[in-house]
Amino acid sequence: MSARSTILNKLRAGLAGTSPRPDEFDASLVTEPWRYPPQERVARLRTLMEAVHTEVHEIPQANWPDVVAQLLSQRDIGSLLYAPATAHGQQLERAWRDRPDCPELRVYDRPVEAWKEELFNDVPASLTGTVGGIAATGSLVLWPDRHEPRLMSLVPPVHIALLRASEIHDNFYDLMTAQNWAAGLPTNALLVSGPSKTADIEQVLAYGAHGPKELIVLVLEDV
Amino acid sequence: MNQRIPVTELTSDFKSRAHDALADPQLRANFRTAMDSLMRKRADAFSDEAEREGLRELGNLIRARSLSNLPDLLEQLEARLTANGIKVHWAETTAQANEIVHGIIEARNGRQVVKGKSMVSEEMEMNDYLADRDIECLESDMGEYIVQLDHEKPSHIIMPAIHKNARQVSQLFNEKLGEPVSEDVDELIQTGRRILRRKFLEADVGVSGVNFAIAETGTLLLVENEGNGRMSTTAPPVHIAVTGIEKVVSNLRDVVPLLSLLTRSALGQPITTYVNMISGPRKPDELDGPEEVHLVLLDNGRTGAFADAQLRQTLNCIRCGACMNHCPVYTRVGGHTYGEVYPGPIGKIVTPHMVGLDRVPDHPSASSLCGACGEVCPVKIPIPELLQRLRQENVQSPQHEPKAVKGAGSKYSRKERMIWRSWQWLNTQPALYRLFLWGATRFRGLAPKRVGPWTENHSAPVPARRSLHDLARDHLSTNAVGDPRT
Repeated sequence: MSARSTILNKLRAGLAGTSPRPDEFDASLVTEPWRYPPQERVARLRTLMEAVHTEVHEIPQANWPDVVAQLLSQRDIGSLLYAPATAHGQQLERAWRDRPDCPELRVYDRPVEAWKEELFNDVPASLTGTVGGIAATGSLVLWPDRHEPRLMSLVPPVHIALLRASEIHDNFYDLMTAQNWAAGLPTNALLVSGPSKTADIEQVLAYGAHGPKELIVLVLEDV
Repeated sequence: MNQRIPVTELTSDFKSRAHDALADPQLRANFRTAMDSLMRKRADAFSDEAEREGLRELGNLIRARSLSNLPDLLEQLEARLTANGIKVHWAETTAQANEIVHGIIEARNGRQVVKGKSMVSEEMEMNDYLADRDIECLESDMGEYIVQLDHEKPSHIIMPAIHKNARQVSQLFNEKLGEPVSEDVDELIQTGRRILRRKFLEADVGVSGVNFAIAETGTLLLVENEGNGRMSTTAPPVHIAVTGIEKVVSNLRDVVPLLSLLTRSALGQPITTYVNMISGPRKPDELDGPEEVHLVLLDNGRTGAFADAQLRQTLNCIRCGACMNHCPVYTRVGGHTYGEVYPGPIGKIVTPHMVGLDRVPDHPSASSLCGACGEVCPVKIPIPELLQRLRQENVQSPQHEPKAVKGAGSKYSRKERMIWRSWQWLNTQPALYRLFLWGATRFRGLAPKRVGPWTENHSAPVPARRSLHDLARDHLSTNAVGDPRT
């Protein structure tokens, strides 16, 4: 008999004569303690994310590309990985077109195998969008796709993420219900709540473990 | 290679390892400091008692519901994962699981494996298995990397290298990697980052564990802070996840409370830096992610625990480690004393099903039954109750069948059994009991001065001059009337 049927048979024997327990999921337990007035959501997210070394800027929708240019020049970063096919990618391109002082724009347009070494060693920063935020835990939600692949938010040492203030939900439950996640998830979905960190040595917190050393969140004011 | 086998591995049983650990002030200080801080962080993260208790109750209900429907859920999970393009494998034993993993790696001619943190792969001793077959399997979690570099095993399921301090890590990096000595934690971590980045880039296969497998959507959910889990599951062309058959939950929404319970109980964090939900390999139009994703479902004794309705609760565990953080025994003897993959209270109730009570006869008794573990468990496993049950199973006659736990009866002693039988008899025969009391109080001077190991640290018990019954009779005859409280 296969391992599969042996295991399933043993489990079924253990349950003989019983019936599955009813679904008593009480959503209020994971939503009610985590409710915020709309005007406080950004502040809550900001407080939590800053507590774990995230840099958060609240800026108007129109001029974020300037802020990105400024943030990169402060850090002496000469290039930025972006996604030209996205709306925000195009906005960035338009804004930077006439400014020769802006960092070089780079594109993730090949399968990773074609430029893995370069991606790991020569890409100092990336910019991606998000599909929302969570106030309760101070989290960004990312659904990587063809334009903004999985490694884009992981490998470069500086990750800049755009978050619309109107897309911040109170808690994870609200977000997954509003976006109907149960109907199907992408190949990879992520909650990101700060730059990479570890406390594995003496419980001393150190940032920049294996992922980005810096996470910069631009909260776009659209409410 | 100058291989250092830790002292704790060489001595044979729990008791002698505990003696060694108790005599090591550095080890005790490292654990005490860490556990104090973890307990404080958890308490801060659950400051609202009503919220905490409501959530624990929900966590327990979700796990109990999943287990009450486990075979169907596993089939549903398999069907969804398969539809999503993830290949599912089943293994009854760790040997089978290793063969499956090795087969997948061989099919790709893989030589380098990079591993995110996975306790199930520790059960399998996957690193050694693959090393024997000329495949390098490198740990990428900082703590696991340190432990692997020193040829040790993790001493905590969440903080594998918690038994070491920065000075010890610095010496290790100096010795093994030729790095300059530095006790600066940031510098040490940057050393690890530099070395492991290279490995993520080069690895042929990435291995990870799973925190929750979601049947509804066919999703593997992993939590972590470092990014090594995302690296291991994303950068190499093949991802193999290994997990126990109990990790499945029914609905996506079920993970909301479980996630919150897990990260707050484990580290006092509202959430980990990354929550990584994997529902498939790279699609044809995508540019990265593994080309193949595999899930290996491992039994390794879990069906044994599942067969008994009480012991089944062991499988509620979501591996947060809060029970060990709060355990007075674990804090004093450290993780290596347990000599097995899972230390602390959860180790004491889960290990017997994996390796048999006869291999870990002292596990169920290495507890003061203070109850802290059960009180903090986020999914309300009644750990003290299960420890008592395992103690009972382990003193059953070895001939007793069927056995509720593999290797049960390993502490059976005819002499002890006879003593308890006589004690029971004595206490249920009034005339005999009175005679015994009379004798014990009159001849108290004859009580033994040495009573086994008890008198190594305590004075020997001596019967009182007068029995409690006797004193009570006196008391009642002098205060016979009126309010019994006077």
